[in-house]
Amino acid sequence: MSSEAQGTPIGRRVVLGLLGLGGASVAAGPWISRWLGDVAGALSPHDPTGLSALIPGTGWRYYTVTSGFPYEAPAKYHLTVTGNVDHELTLTTADLQAMPRTKLTRDFQCVTGWRVPNVHWEGVRLAALLDRAGAQAGQQAVTFTSYDGTYTESLTMAQARRDDVLVVDTLDGRPIGRAHGGPVRLLVAPMYGYKSCKWLSSIEVTDRLVPGYWEGFGYDQNAWVGRSNGRTDAPT
Amino acid sequence: MRRPEPLPRFSRGERLVHRSTSVLVGVLAFTGAALYIPSLALLVGRRPAVEATHIVAGLLLPVPTLLGLVFSASLRADLQALNRMTGTDWRWLRRRDRRTARLPVGKFNGGQKLATATVAGAGLVLFGTGILLLAPARVALPVSVRQGATITHDLFTFGLLVLLAGHIWLAYRHPEARAALRTGLVDRAYAEREHPAWARQNR
Repeated sequence: MSSEAQGTPIGRRVVLGLLGLGGASVAAGPWISRWLGDVAGALSPHDPTGLSALIPGTGWRYYTVTSGFPYEAPAKYHLTVTGNVDHELTLTTADLQAMPRTKLTRDFQCVTGWRVPNVHWEGVRLAALLDRAGAQAGQQAVTFTSYDGTYTESLTMAQARRDDVLVVDTLDGRPIGRAHGGPVRLLVAPMYGYKSCKWLSSIEVTDRLVPGYWEGFGYDQNAWVGRSNGRTDAPT
Repeated sequence: MRRPEPLPRFSRGERLVHRSTSVLVGVLAFTGAALYIPSLALLVGRRPAVEATHIVAGLLLPVPTLLGLVFSASLRADLQALNRMTGTDWRWLRRRDRRTARLPVGKFNGGQKLATATVAGAGLVLFGTGILLLAPARVALPVSVRQGATITHDLFTFGLLVLLAGHIWLAYRHPEARAALRTGLVDRAYAEREHPAWARQNR
């Protein structure tokens, strides 16, 4: 084995070098993901394969907090508006289609870093639903429940009445599919994705704010993109 | 004419380390893909179970190697050989006719040595960033660190997958090497062609 004892310990240097590179990459993470996001944003319009969505930090990622992706057929779907309202509502997808419609195009930003540019949403303003149900005066907050049975979210009444908070049923011109939280989900455009409750089943007007699912794990209640959760993303 | 006796190349312990690590890497690659690729995530579903499997396999990943380092003298000796690049190894890497030039290559060639070190380094980075990502949200880990760990874990995975593809491709091209990791023995003529210095020492 004498010849093997000779030579330079390159293996150790390669390992240590890669550890250094890994450490630098962790430290430069926010910068790298912003750069990759720009690259993917430039590539994706010219990419019929959709492979650019696999670039780290870009493209939709589907998260669920339960074991599967819940599904409710659009024909059987009902959305309830309850709590401190004058008249409780139970709405079908057709009821939502018949209400005044709003379109909104915004980037969608996840708190874990990925961002999807220029997503086209269409639906009904949450404020319109609150008005139709007759949300009572002096109520502080709105709680959202997902029909996955676990997920909840909430907004203050002032946030809920913003123009860019919608109950949406259309994504990029198509009915919202199962993975994206269809047939109907919430869209809180100026906040991180976890506020936009998927598989929306009920909207409840409450006299005080009840923190949602991820807020219980330390995420910010007021999840403004770029001004919360210690992140510095461009606002959406 | 009698077929020459095969040469002992890998001990039982080394083969066990290789087999168990490859199973763990397979589980990690599949569960990782099911967490990362949207269409596959939809197909597989059960995200919490997939996530838990990925975490357990990741935590177990270094165990076979660590046990091998403690209990297998042959693994320790091979790692020492893999660590050191000789002049022959660099020549082997540089020359286009490396497979026919009859360079006095030892138990491992230069490509095997550099690949081992790269996989080990990248594996440690994946393990470390994986541990950072394991810390639940309630632990006060700065979001920038979580983001850095995420992107680093993703990027190093892509790099390691390229190496893994090359590893499998070369194993496919070298059935004698596959047999050595299955039986511990390598065909003598193959060893004399690919690793002549090592074969000479074991004559």
